[in-house]
Amino acid sequence: MAATDRTAPDTRGDLPLWTGIARQADYWWTVYRRTWRSSVVSSFLAPLFYVVAMGVILGGFIEGDPDQLEGASSYLAFVVPGLIAAHAMQTAVGETTYPVMGLIKWQKVYDSMLATPLQVSHLVGATLGFVLFRLVTTCAVFTAVLAPFGVYESWWGPFLAFLAQVLTGMAFAGLVYGVTARLQSESAFGLLFRLGVFPLFLFSGAFFPVDNLGGVGSWVARLTPLWHGVNLSRMFALDNVTWWLAGVNVAVLLVLCVLGWSWSVTGLRKRLVS
Amino acid sequence: MCSEPAAPASMIRARGLRKSFGDFEAVRGIDVDVRRGEAFGFLGPNGAGKSSTMRMVAAVSPVSGGELRILGMDPAVDGPAIRSRLGVCPQEDTLDTELNVRDNLYIYGRYFGMPKKEVRERVDELLEFVQLTDKADAKVEDLSGGMKRRLTIARSLVNRPDLLLLDEPTTGLDPQARHVLWDRLFRLKQAGVTLVITTHYMDEAEQLCDRLVVMDKGVVAAEGSPLDLIREHSTREVAELRFGVAAEGGSHEAIAEKVADLGERVEVLPDRLLVYSADGEEVVAKTVERGLRPVATLVRRSTLEDVFLRLTGRTLVD
Repeated sequence: MAATDRTAPDTRGDLPLWTGIARQADYWWTVYRRTWRSSVVSSFLAPLFYVVAMGVILGGFIEGDPDQLEGASSYLAFVVPGLIAAHAMQTAVGETTYPVMGLIKWQKVYDSMLATPLQVSHLVGATLGFVLFRLVTTCAVFTAVLAPFGVYESWWGPFLAFLAQVLTGMAFAGLVYGVTARLQSESAFGLLFRLGVFPLFLFSGAFFPVDNLGGVGSWVARLTPLWHGVNLSRMFALDNVTWWLAGVNVAVLLVLCVLGWSWSVTGLRKRLVS
Repeated sequence: MCSEPAAPASMIRARGLRKSFGDFEAVRGIDVDVRRGEAFGFLGPNGAGKSSTMRMVAAVSPVSGGELRILGMDPAVDGPAIRSRLGVCPQEDTLDTELNVRDNLYIYGRYFGMPKKEVRERVDELLEFVQLTDKADAKVEDLSGGMKRRLTIARSLVNRPDLLLLDEPTTGLDPQARHVLWDRLFRLKQAGVTLVITTHYMDEAEQLCDRLVVMDKGVVAAEGSPLDLIREHSTREVAELRFGVAAEGGSHEAIAEKVADLGERVEVLPDRLLVYSADGEEVVAKTVERGLRPVATLVRRSTLEDVFLRLTGRTLVD
């Protein structure tokens, strides 16, 4: 067996980020082929159940008053954009907790990757890239499936709402990835879901206008990242955009994405490159 | 495209190399030179600093102090370029257990930027080399321990490395699987691959290494070929004497005093005495002449284990 006619080595210095990410495409594609069937249930069926139960059936008992529902003419139209944004959060958190812990600790796939020319930022980049892919497919399918229900007020609204939902997911992906990289054990995930994800899901404006939480409550809700995503998604879907507020929402989510990236890369580097 | 330096005299060159984790110093200033084409070993017990050294050489763990050059390059600056020319077989298998055997190799080759067609050909070649062709489509979790190790070695060869790092390659394997692995490694060595091996098995070091350093507590205790080290630090033969302590009416230490003059030196282990001498049979005969009755005796050649015992006062596996 020839041992000497080796592959051309990489150039000296750091490997460009995009090169490092692209080299993992086959890995993530293989992961997706392996897991897409099970992800169909969590990605599409579960949220669809929510839409039917909360939006259609429960919503049937709620009067469609645009003044009470942030401009929505029905409860279904109100709840759908918020629900997809909240679902984007859940998808992102799901993909950056147990699966990332597996890559770091259980299967040590990251360790094997770091023995190649790949660097820590490439690992984070490709994993978050996969989360982005999951968010894009999930939110796009969801948005398309709900179009016939007449919940969108303009043709362009769903597209911008879709971008808002993906951005919401990515803001959470970076933050939670950074937490996972610093956790020694998966036992804290239960706490994260119960005290973080679940309250956000319920109280960040996905199911009812946050003004219903009262003076202090509504402002606390407005400080949560998910509210910014829900609000942005809903304003676009309902064609009821307050542009300065949309600007604030986008800025908050973008800042969280940038902070999340940095938090993730430093966390993983500290964990694996000691 | 690449600006690699001309072939360096040393594949690995370390001077005063250190590694600390907080207050703990795992590697405390070692000098090492590994030449092209040789099989070089780091021999030492667990905690000697072998794996920490290996992680620095693998351009994964940053150096805490001293100088390190791998293939003539500085790992702090040229980590990716160094790693593109290394093969790493870690102590713990880091295979993706949910992928099949072939995919584990294919995907790994892609991390090195190898074109798809080239990786596919390389994977077939490597499966043949590690005798796993008929397991190509099996899941990793269905493989035996020895097969997983061979697959890990195949994976470390996917980029046709100049330098192959093997961290405790046969730990946990049964004797037959170890011999199969040694055979494959020996073939690689013959094909011109430079091997760097850490092990706490002296027979492995003797089988595979042209040259080695004995490490203990983060420093190099001795360096040389296995034969030179044995000649320098031990006698030709060793007489192992096992006593029923109660019957002899004394401790091993007390018996050791009675046979001390029979060899160059005597080591007292919990279960036996080792008497170092050029003629082991004579030691046994004279021991019996003195009225001592060992329950079991064994005369053997000195090994690296004896070298380690001499240098550190401890056994390798303790």
